[in-house]
Amino acid sequence: MAAAAPKRTGAVESYSTWRWTDRLALALCWACGIALCVAAASILLYMGFRGLQYLRPELLFERPTGAVDQTKSGGILDPILGTLMLTVLGTAIAIPLAVCVAIWLVEYGRPAGLARAVESGVEIVAGTPSIVLAIFGLIIFQQPWLGWLSFTAEGGGVFGRSLINASIMMSFIALPLVVGATREGLNAIPGHVREASYALGKTKAATIRRVLLPAVRPSIATGTALGMGRIAGDTAIVIILLGNTLLIEPQEGMPVLGLLTGTGSTLTSYVYENSPAGEGGAYEKAYAAAFVLLLVVLVLNFAVARVVGGSSTSRSNLWNR
Amino acid sequence: MESLMPPPVRRIAADRQATVAPAPSSNGGEPALDGAPARARGLSRPDRPRVPAIERMRAENLVLAYGGKPAVKGVSLPIRQGEVLALIGPSGCGKTTLLRSLNRLTELTPTATREGRILLDGQDVDQLEVTQLRRRISMVFQQPNPFPMSVFDNVAYALREQGKKRPGKKELAPQVEEALVRAGLFDEVRADLQHPALRLSGGQQQRLCIARALAARPEVLLLDEPCSALDPKSTEVIEELIVRLREEVAIVIVTHNLQQAYRVADNVAFMYLGDLVEYGPTDQIFHAPTQHRTREYVGGAFG
Repeated sequence: MAAAAPKRTGAVESYSTWRWTDRLALALCWACGIALCVAAASILLYMGFRGLQYLRPELLFERPTGAVDQTKSGGILDPILGTLMLTVLGTAIAIPLAVCVAIWLVEYGRPAGLARAVESGVEIVAGTPSIVLAIFGLIIFQQPWLGWLSFTAEGGGVFGRSLINASIMMSFIALPLVVGATREGLNAIPGHVREASYALGKTKAATIRRVLLPAVRPSIATGTALGMGRIAGDTAIVIILLGNTLLIEPQEGMPVLGLLTGTGSTLTSYVYENSPAGEGGAYEKAYAAAFVLLLVVLVLNFAVARVVGGSSTSRSNLWNR
Repeated sequence: MESLMPPPVRRIAADRQATVAPAPSSNGGEPALDGAPARARGLSRPDRPRVPAIERMRAENLVLAYGGKPAVKGVSLPIRQGEVLALIGPSGCGKTTLLRSLNRLTELTPTATREGRILLDGQDVDQLEVTQLRRRISMVFQQPNPFPMSVFDNVAYALREQGKKRPGKKELAPQVEEALVRAGLFDEVRADLQHPALRLSGGQQQRLCIARALAARPEVLLLDEPCSALDPKSTEVIEELIVRLREEVAIVIVTHNLQQAYRVADNVAFMYLGDLVEYGPTDQIFHAPTQHRTREYVGGAFG
């Protein structure tokens, strides 16, 4: 009889030969990986369960009111809009700045001392807690000459809290993430691709615009998705710089500018205020809003991946096959 | 038990390594290359029509150095349209540096310095604006590197001149098509002009890079080991292309593959440690080199 195809053997290494410390370490690695899965799944499942339990469709379209009676306190339309506007504005400010910084760092980066300073600056911004950014922003935006960005009280006191102010400080949260992802993307482009463009008689500017930027678009999308998640999830800047008013309150007399210089709140501050930690103690609303927040972040991530990433194929290593 | 035995290793045919006798044939033409692969014979040099040669470029006493360390030491060479010039030599001999200096790409390296003159049609390249110069002397690299855009846009990108009003797709279409035809790629991509260029195969990508380089109708085409990342079939296609193109454009090719140099070049320059050791017609370099070092180096060519 012809022998059957040789069977694939299982593990060839016997753990009995391992030192007990190694065996313990391996067991811990397994346990940690599984524990993380369990933690992530329980957050998702619990929030999903609670969210679906308390979320009624009309909540999404009703404006909130300040009633203590929870049957009369309205929906979460304003916080949802607040989250969307703040996230979109914050990333819209952050992306161009971050891409410029990354391009300068990778494609120019001279003098070397300045490049190191810029890198440190990005790292410092990345490491600054958002509450510190918020307080700093408040000090800056309360200067009289920046009064046009927010509400000015009678007598000249600048309020300093507005959608645009909060968005500007929020952009600092997304900025380092987009800078990092774009830098990595640029560094992954081989030098001969740039040279091929120069060898066709193209300037460095044309090369960056037509060759390098399209190539790093997926990297920018990755950084943006991370940044959006962080902005949508931040609370400190919302409470200190957005005014944390339950309703979106535009300044009167200006159609769009009024909205930008007005105040509002987001889902994060709404969850905080309604959770047992805040004033409301309306945990049903807090659960519903938290669930919606989770969904908003997921949807934003998918949207960014589609819009910025385009239809390009595999994102990594276009040339290094 | 027999079934557990591995299949026998197939013996490599002993006659694979054919010897080359550089014996001149009776009519005084090119020597026969016995035992060379069929595709080499298909391109064999006696069949090649002679093309009138026009001098397009000239390097005069060119000295190139990186941070004071010389890479090319006083090289003078003519570059002619109608002839392919191959630069050969061991790694680090300065052949790529020499090639890159011809369209002033070495200037991108901050430590690089250059002495001596490079003339393009009698004019010093330093007097030309660098983007204009590179439109006239374009280059193809070792790794295929199409840009992340469509096949059409890759060629159109090369056509659009810097700072001029951007011509539309319709105006550029005939020129794009012509460049793709000259690079022998048009028939394969006719239907996929709007597809991403990075989806093409490696050989197609490299021919797209050649089309891109030819699009602006340069006078000189520099090729830096254009086939070293490609399979034999694609290499053959590109070699045929090089031989065909030499009528319309002066070609300089750097190659590590001596057989390739033999197949495509009309003139060969052998470089060693930054020196131009020997320059002459391909047959002279491969079969009757005057320099000892050339003989040693090309001795490995067909062995």
